[in-house]
Amino acid sequence: MSERTVELEIMRYDPEQDETPHFQTYTVPYHEDWVILDAINYVKDELDRTLSYRWSCHMAVCGSCGMVINGEPVLACHTFLRDYPDSIRIEPLQNFPIERDLVVVMDDFMDKLDSVKPYLVPREEKSVDDGEHIQTPAQLNKFKQYTLCINCTLCYAACPQYAHNAGFVGPAALALAHRYNLDSRDVGRSAREDVVASNPGIWECSFVGACSEVCPKSVDPAAAIQQMKVDGTIEWWKQRLPGGKS
Amino acid sequence: MSRQPYIRPISRTTWYMRNGRYRRYMLREVTCLLVGLYSFLTIWALAALAAGPDHWNGFLESQQNRPMIIVHTVSLVFFLIYMTFDWFKLAPKAMPVQLGEKKLPDSVIVIGHYAAWVVVSLFVFWLAGVI
Repeated sequence: MSERTVELEIMRYDPEQDETPHFQTYTVPYHEDWVILDAINYVKDELDRTLSYRWSCHMAVCGSCGMVINGEPVLACHTFLRDYPDSIRIEPLQNFPIERDLVVVMDDFMDKLDSVKPYLVPREEKSVDDGEHIQTPAQLNKFKQYTLCINCTLCYAACPQYAHNAGFVGPAALALAHRYNLDSRDVGRSAREDVVASNPGIWECSFVGACSEVCPKSVDPAAAIQQMKVDGTIEWWKQRLPGGKS
Repeated sequence: MSRQPYIRPISRTTWYMRNGRYRRYMLREVTCLLVGLYSFLTIWALAALAAGPDHWNGFLESQQNRPMIIVHTVSLVFFLIYMTFDWFKLAPKAMPVQLGEKKLPDSVIVIGHYAAWVVVSLFVFWLAGVI
């Protein structure tokens, strides 16, 4: 009896030789307990050392191995071979320039992430000797789900708004802005507002919801963005109603 | 070694054919045409109402033929699926409620919306003299 195999159609792009990307097919052994990343590692180790891709932790924590498998953005380490047919198409993440093979250029995302100040802006600087910034479990639960983001950018690959409008700040960066805005220890909301409440910020989102559907950590960026729209609208009215703060 | 990142082209006209979730989104967005139509009908109805009983009866008559009944039926189905059901389902995302440490289950918020819908509908029916 011949051993079961799987065909991987992998998108290849060598910037020094190729005008456009093309697909190359590799035949790999099938193992019930293999994730797609194991199959790609087999290609790299046994069949073709020139294949480029990113990975690190193999446990859905580092967020490096995002790729598009049979049309869906997923983490290759979080997706089992057994859940796919015997022919699997593997592409780099959509909506990002391809650096080489399955490696994409993430500079745009990194710039956008930086622009929303994704860190605590404390009311006052405290030294370590002054002790912790105290927070209750109820205050923590307001934003805890948004702390789970691993910056894998699957949400950007799934977002048609980002695909058509590269200026859109995008799901993960906005979800992280919301995470810090909701944090009781943070006072950076107004500093983030210029980016978050701008047109390329939350208002560019038309609630397709694809970001939340593909998120491997159930962060739900679409929810974060809609909540910020509600908050932003309330703030806008507060400033314009008689007696409102300016 | 030179860098030459490749940007894949995206069709501006057929991108939503790529998967079911994009197609569902476009169907939801397309309901804006029906919303526009209903806005127009409302303005027309109000103008007819203001112009007197003959104009109002003329407006009612203009709606009671097969093509208009089909338009109203299709609109109702689209509005129910892509406006009422869809937006009620999404409401807990936009308006989560946290009581103490616990978040209110999404189902409670969704059921609350349906309950409010029934109450408002009953009130409108009562106002219209249907019940």
